Amino acid sequence: MNGKIKNLARLFFTFMKIGTFTFGGGYAMIPLIQREAAQKHGWITEEELLDIFAVAESTPGPIAINCATFVGKKAGGFAGAFLATLGVVLPSFVIISLIAFILRRFWDIKAVRYAFNGIRAGVLALIIKALVSMYRQCPKSPLAYGLMGAAFVCAAFLDVSALLVIAACALTGLAFSLLSERGDRA
Amino acid sequence: MILLQLFLSFLKIGAFTFGGGYAMLPLIQAEVEARGWMGREELVNFVAVSESTPGPFAVNIATYVGAETGSLAGAACATLGVVLPSFVIIFIVAGCYDKFKSSRLVSGCMTGLRPAVVALIGAAVISVGKTVFLPYSGAGPLLGGAMIFLISLLLAFKKLHPIWVILISAALGLALGYVGIY
Repeated sequence: MNGKIKNLARLFFTFMKIGTFTFGGGYAMIPLIQREAAQKHGWITEEELLDIFAVAESTPGPIAINCATFVGKKAGGFAGAFLATLGVVLPSFVIISLIAFILRRFWDIKAVRYAFNGIRAGVLALIIKALVSMYRQCPKSPLAYGLMGAAFVCAAFLDVSALLVIAACALTGLAFSLLSERGDRA
Repeated sequence: MILLQLFLSFLKIGAFTFGGGYAMLPLIQAEVEARGWMGREELVNFVAVSESTPGPFAVNIATYVGAETGSLAGAACATLGVVLPSFVIIFIVAGCYDKFKSSRLVSGCMTGLRPAVVALIGAAVISVGKTVFLPYSGAGPLLGGAMIFLISLLLAFKKLHPIWVILISAALGLALGYVGIY
């Protein structure tokens, strides 16, 4: 009993550490999760972790949350999943709540406005970089190019909801791969 | 009521986030603009704040929008909403992820989802680009914005850490602002 509670506490604090020290989103967390969850605590094997990274790609939600829930469940059932997820979210939650409170007083300062005018141009550059790396990772096929073009026009210029774009692309991809499988068998 | 709305909006966002934070910008923008929670410019500003603080973008933006509209309870409801779909789905999948990995249904959907993610990030580029270039008229601000953008692009592709790209673009924005160009 005592060991179980200790294990749960360790899960919570480890994922809180992971949540505190990873800047710039989910993928930056992967090496830290590997070190803490697999090498240091042995909650999960390295192969299982690679599997969960692959699974996280095809399930919704931030990869950090997906990993925390998965490792937590393996190591401590529902309580483990809950505490690991809470741990990874808590630092963001506290820091951003504080920032929201502080930023409210700063938006009207001239220097802050000037700085953010520049920052928006910097953010544009960062998003273009993400676009290029996602494009490189995307398998190329006539279907992929067709979907990419149609989805881009719909989302960027026709005001079609992103939900609809995601659902329609997933269904089209599913329909095509099931049909081509049937074609192969015939 | 606003607490429930925050929870449901971010539940929707959490359930449809694929391919990292930037791909969900169009969806977040539609949700927060439609409800008057946040303007487009403020949203882009917050992308920079989130890049410079720990944690996933989805969680950060949920907490921020929640805090801005409904205090700490709002932040908690929005964050719970954005996390819940991941938590439930992974909890279920964790028991049978070998089957999930080799499922033809999942791999079929992914054939379509990967190009969709690229397209949505492309849409985010257009929309963020509008906040950079559209509010200004005249050659000075446009050139100033283009200059900061090109320098940032160069730095980003030189693999400089995002925080440095943001700090340098902030310094350039400050300098051009006080000179009276941007």
